[in-house]
Amino acid sequence: MKLNVNGRVHDVDVEPEMPLLWVLRDELKMHGTKYGCGVAQCGACTVHIDGAPARACVTPASSVGNKKVVTIEGLGQKGLHRVQQAWIEHEVPQCGYCQAGMIMAVASLLEKTPKPSDTQIDEAVSNLCRCGTYGRVRKAIHALAGMKVAEAEPVLLPNGQKA
Amino acid sequence: MTTRRQFLKASAAVGGGLALEFSVAAPVLAQAAPGATEVTHWLVIHPDDRVVIRIARSEMGQGSLTGLAQLVAEELECDWARVSTEFASPNEHVKRKRIWGSMSTGGSAGIRTSHEYLRKSGASAREMLVSAAASGWNVPVAECTVANGVVTHGPSKRTTSYGKVAAAAAKVDAPKDPKLKDPKDWKIAGKSPKRLDTPDKVVGKPVFGVDVQLPGMLHASIVQSPVFLGKVKSVDSAAAEKMRGVKGVVKQERFVAVVADNWWRANQAAKQLKVEWDEGANGKVTTDSIFASFREGLDAKDLPTARAMGDAKAAMATAAKVVEAEYGSPYLSHATMEPMTATAWFKDDGTLEVWTSTQNGEASIAAASEASGLPLEKCEVHKMMLGGGFGRRGAPQDYVTQSVQIAKQFPGKPVKLMWSREEDMQHGFYRPASLVRMKAGLDSSGTVVALHTVVACPSILALLRPEGIQKGIDFTAVRTLSDTTYTIPNQLVEYAMRNPHVPVGFWRAPGLQNAFYRECFVDELAHAAGKDPLEYRLQMLKPDDKNRLVLEAVAKAAKWGSPLPKGVYRGIAQSDGFGSFTAMVSEVSVVDGNIKVHKVYSAIDSGYVVHPDACRAQAEGNVIFCIGQLYQGHTLKDGRIAESNFHDFQLPKMTEMPKVETILVPTGGFWGGHGEPGALCVAPSVLNAVFAATGKRVRNLPLKDGKLA
Repeated sequence: MKLNVNGRVHDVDVEPEMPLLWVLRDELKMHGTKYGCGVAQCGACTVHIDGAPARACVTPASSVGNKKVVTIEGLGQKGLHRVQQAWIEHEVPQCGYCQAGMIMAVASLLEKTPKPSDTQIDEAVSNLCRCGTYGRVRKAIHALAGMKVAEAEPVLLPNGQKA
Repeated sequence: MTTRRQFLKASAAVGGGLALEFSVAAPVLAQAAPGATEVTHWLVIHPDDRVVIRIARSEMGQGSLTGLAQLVAEELECDWARVSTEFASPNEHVKRKRIWGSMSTGGSAGIRTSHEYLRKSGASAREMLVSAAASGWNVPVAECTVANGVVTHGPSKRTTSYGKVAAAAAKVDAPKDPKLKDPKDWKIAGKSPKRLDTPDKVVGKPVFGVDVQLPGMLHASIVQSPVFLGKVKSVDSAAAEKMRGVKGVVKQERFVAVVADNWWRANQAAKQLKVEWDEGANGKVTTDSIFASFREGLDAKDLPTARAMGDAKAAMATAAKVVEAEYGSPYLSHATMEPMTATAWFKDDGTLEVWTSTQNGEASIAAASEASGLPLEKCEVHKMMLGGGFGRRGAPQDYVTQSVQIAKQFPGKPVKLMWSREEDMQHGFYRPASLVRMKAGLDSSGTVVALHTVVACPSILALLRPEGIQKGIDFTAVRTLSDTTYTIPNQLVEYAMRNPHVPVGFWRAPGLQNAFYRECFVDELAHAAGKDPLEYRLQMLKPDDKNRLVLEAVAKAAKWGSPLPKGVYRGIAQSDGFGSFTAMVSEVSVVDGNIKVHKVYSAIDSGYVVHPDACRAQAEGNVIFCIGQLYQGHTLKDGRIAESNFHDFQLPKMTEMPKVETILVPTGGFWGGHGEPGALCVAPSVLNAVFAATGKRVRNLPLKDGKLA
């Protein structure tokens, strides 16, 4: 079957039910999209299919058809996508394993909802991050939405003075 | 030749260029690059002034890749913009007699146990580079200064750069005792430059263990005995072997693996295996039977003593008031987002290479050597990025052993083993479950005069490092209870080691559950004495105790005692651990039994702070990691773990993340950790706030359905 991934059409010989995730990872050798659970719980495998976020671990390859798949490798077509830039600016990642999926989910959210409320963020970004980067994810989204972002607290000496 | 045993002993004492397909980074060591010079074993300088700093520890999100490099660069006086890193090769490490020291990355110890030799290495290199430049000019070293990798001869204003003198510098004798900077003069360390690993991580570029791609590589999925320690009795693999892409089935004593040309195919076929297991004697074990053994332990006579001060029993007998409580915790998975994985390749030249996400490159190479039967010198381990570690990928190297056993059946071909999430969750080295009984005697003024604690808990050391057990005590099972700095004159701490068949391991802040027990029980005592929980703690801490300083710092930041919005309540806790001192205030509300943590103030004194922003990131991560403890817990049924994936072992989500204010109060003079200390006070400060809100004392986790009954 043919699959359009990041603007390039690939010919792949796979079972129709093979999840898109494994076509990407083990057939096309694109490893940015991650396996976390295999049951659409964690979102590490989030990609865009025709612009909408999808969990590639439960998306049969045959269901993609002519739709356009975008992965983390293809998100920033010319240099870094603005979500990726914000991620660097706010030092969001820790281990980084979930971040490809996280970034794809956020890019999709901001495309549809440029100024999301916190509730909208919570609903759209259901991705799991074991390191606990959620606070910085929210902060980066706020910055991208043009909202005020609190500065980091200074390093204090015990007498209360800044180090 | 170093034997594996000698090597393991040595490595436990302190706590290649391949033709790769596609975009996988080839870990070519910098010293092999043309023209680059190894000035000291920790750093390589290129002719164009690029500096490559070697990292012996692992990067699993904690940020010490950047922090360790900062410490070397600080003393080296190089241009930080030209710094990159590479992991020291475990094989080279063996050949060079452990020249890079410990590779263990755990116990929040990466920086605190290596800062001195790293800084000295940077300082030595600086002196050698300046000396080489001075010799080249034939001028005294004292007339030369250095900044940003540029050496300047003051009188003549001549300059040269590190890249130009590196080759000559490498021939200069290393100074015996290079002078280190006073941390107050730091320019690179102590600041928060952009983390070196972040740019790759936002574009999907880092090569995690699961991302390794090698020519002709095969993929393996594994099935292990559902009952721990069970053995394969028989396998019917006929159906699996007929499936598309399957290259073979590997049967070992304790697992069966399917090898295929694609992991999904391997895993689909693994589901078709019909394995009969010999479950041994453990097939009937349940959570209840395990806790019954703990309870028996609490009542046992003549237990090993972890602390004995004064005469707790006598003081208890004459106390005005006695308060007693039992606390308990469940087994917990590490649940790293990246499942266990390793790739092994028996090469045609008789060597073995392994690529893996590991917290300890030395433990990995030792496991590879043992599983393959090859000497250490013939093994190499490539340390990949870790998709989380939290202790799972340190001492137990089960997945490395398995990958080697599997690849051995496919000589000449690399085989990548990745566990399914279900295998990962059901075959962990879990945070031990435990049960603790605490009894305190208060005098008429409410002051604690006696504290008797009995801990029933499986021993991590008994399984993973038995030589660490002393006089029947596993310190990871009793810490925080056995070493409190509270000035209680009569203390007795006893330890009932009870080891069910469930494997236990180092889980972020091993012994963490004891901070929950102690700090909630102290809260109970404060209420029994009619005292404010902050004041009560301060009264029990000596004036110069750093625990007191962080407690005061957090109380000040959180404005302890000031009014809060309606329905919001505070809880407080303090504990030292992993070299640092921490205290925490949590602001919490409880509605219909649902606990919402709004804000957490996390104060930490780690002596020095190398990368403040990474330290804050650790504080934030610790908070949400530990909020999961309110509802996470494994249950044992028929000798096996009942939960299998994130639907029944849930991880905290975005919506649960409170605001975290990190208060870094480094007092200098010592080096403490950051990866784990910030975990200690989360559960107790939150649960003490829950008590303040509801009057309900939570003594056992997890909460049923995550709610307060």
